[in-house]
Amino acid sequence: MKENQTRNFEKVITRTIQFSGYSSILFVLLILFFLLSEGTPALFDVPLSQLFSERWYPIEGYYGILPLILGSLVVTLGASLIAVPFGILTAVFIAEIAPKWLQEIMKPLVELLAGLPSVVLGFLGILVVSPFLRDTLNLPTGLTALTGSLLLGGIAIPTIVSISEDALNNVPDSYRHGSLALGLTRWQTIWGVTVPAAKSGILMAVMLGVGRTIGETMTVMMVTGNAPILPTSLQALFMPIRTMTATIASEMGEVATGSPHYHVLFFIGIVLFLFTLLVNVIASNISSRKLKRSERILS
Amino acid sequence: MPGRKGSGSMDKIIVENLSITYSDGVESLFDINLRIPIHQITALIGPSGGGKSTFLRVLNRLNDLADVAKTTGKVLIDGIDILDPTLDVIALRRKVGIVFSRPLPLPLSIYQNVSYGLELMGEKRKMVLDDAVERSLRLAELWDEVKERIHDPANSISGGQQQRLCLARTLSLQPEIIMLDEPTSALDPVSTAKIETSLIELKKDFTVIIAPHNTQQAGRIADHVAFFLQGKLIEFSSAEDIFTRPKDVKTQDYISGKFG
Repeated sequence: MKENQTRNFEKVITRTIQFSGYSSILFVLLILFFLLSEGTPALFDVPLSQLFSERWYPIEGYYGILPLILGSLVVTLGASLIAVPFGILTAVFIAEIAPKWLQEIMKPLVELLAGLPSVVLGFLGILVVSPFLRDTLNLPTGLTALTGSLLLGGIAIPTIVSISEDALNNVPDSYRHGSLALGLTRWQTIWGVTVPAAKSGILMAVMLGVGRTIGETMTVMMVTGNAPILPTSLQALFMPIRTMTATIASEMGEVATGSPHYHVLFFIGIVLFLFTLLVNVIASNISSRKLKRSERILS
Repeated sequence: MPGRKGSGSMDKIIVENLSITYSDGVESLFDINLRIPIHQITALIGPSGGGKSTFLRVLNRLNDLADVAKTTGKVLIDGIDILDPTLDVIALRRKVGIVFSRPLPLPLSIYQNVSYGLELMGEKRKMVLDDAVERSLRLAELWDEVKERIHDPANSISGGQQQRLCLARTLSLQPEIIMLDEPTSALDPVSTAKIETSLIELKKDFTVIIAPHNTQQAGRIADHVAFFLQGKLIEFSSAEDIFTRPKDVKTQDYISGKFG
């Protein structure tokens, strides 16, 4: 009798865990279904050639999402150019160079930074970064692609630092000692041995950091000026820009449900989803390659 | 001071009154006095925890990376005190190479494992690198086994081969002194024999210091033997003397297997 009870209890537990596990798949599929069902009508409402044209002016019926896609790419690229080198160097400093006490201060600080709400960073952008850029570069407005890149870089850096630092810490000490024992300097050891050994972890950190910047909404909405101008030259960095995320966030609230505008906003969501999917697929490819390598070492 | 008999050769390393205390208060070496002759194999024997590894790591200042609180005494290599804080540690480590007990190749190819030290030091000429790799691998008795697959990943070869690869890696930088800390403790008898053959060959050009993982190995290859017990150097003599007529009763007990 008692045994039977236990068995039933086990069954309930197993089912609960199973449900939790499957639910994540379910939710992703539901979101995907929702996005597709609301977004694909855009393809019938608006001709494809117009959808990928360069004019975004929904009130007059212009639904060209090209400036938004390129706007997202420009800001993401700019942010990556700032965040990747800076983040990796910071991780190297924390993991390899800083003395122990400094490590113990810096690590939690970086993680705290990662938890900073993006709205707060946006404040900082509006009140500090943007006036500073306007004055020093003598621009008509400080709300530019560059401002967005700088702040998004700030969002990506903690992610990149934290994950790269873990990767560096996972490099066995024997590699470092082996290299130092050969009479290589600390720098040669770091660049020649430690960083290459942590390469896959660092690449994954970069992908996750970039993934965060593509999806980031609030900060870019606050500091990029939100003008849907097609960025065509380097000059565009110093002009206002608008990203896909900011467009959805600012326009979704006042759009008529079921209108072409509404469907196009969902279509932008699909494009955004594809971008982040791409980044995540690359990141997980890198991490599974890492797994295979460590399996090989173990065998 | 434990002396050394029957050798007219030069001393490569002179250790005087060397004592080491770790920062947790554990004293690891007490007043060591020792002269290590050039172009010979000197074996450090004794139970583990006796200070052999600590001693080896003093000689190329790898102890700098450990929590050493205090080092006193003198260690002269070619007449230069290597404990001098202003010493160029990098140059010292190039001169005094070490092979660790566990074979730990870097996650690179066989070739790169041997060449990377030279490459990082700025050697770019492929000819020079190829030559150095082949020469080092030959010296480590590994060339014939890997020459067909020199660009395979280093972790695809056996543990014994990996350890010889680590020896080749150390040799590639042409040190003057080669130290080996229990190099064959994880190896099969065939690989062990190959490493021993290699060491006997190497002593012509290098000064070899080995902490063998058993006394028999010291008997097979060493010219001189130092017996360490609990941080003290009990006896240092020619291998023949240590094994046939040890002066100290503790040495005799250890060698005859009464403790260990």
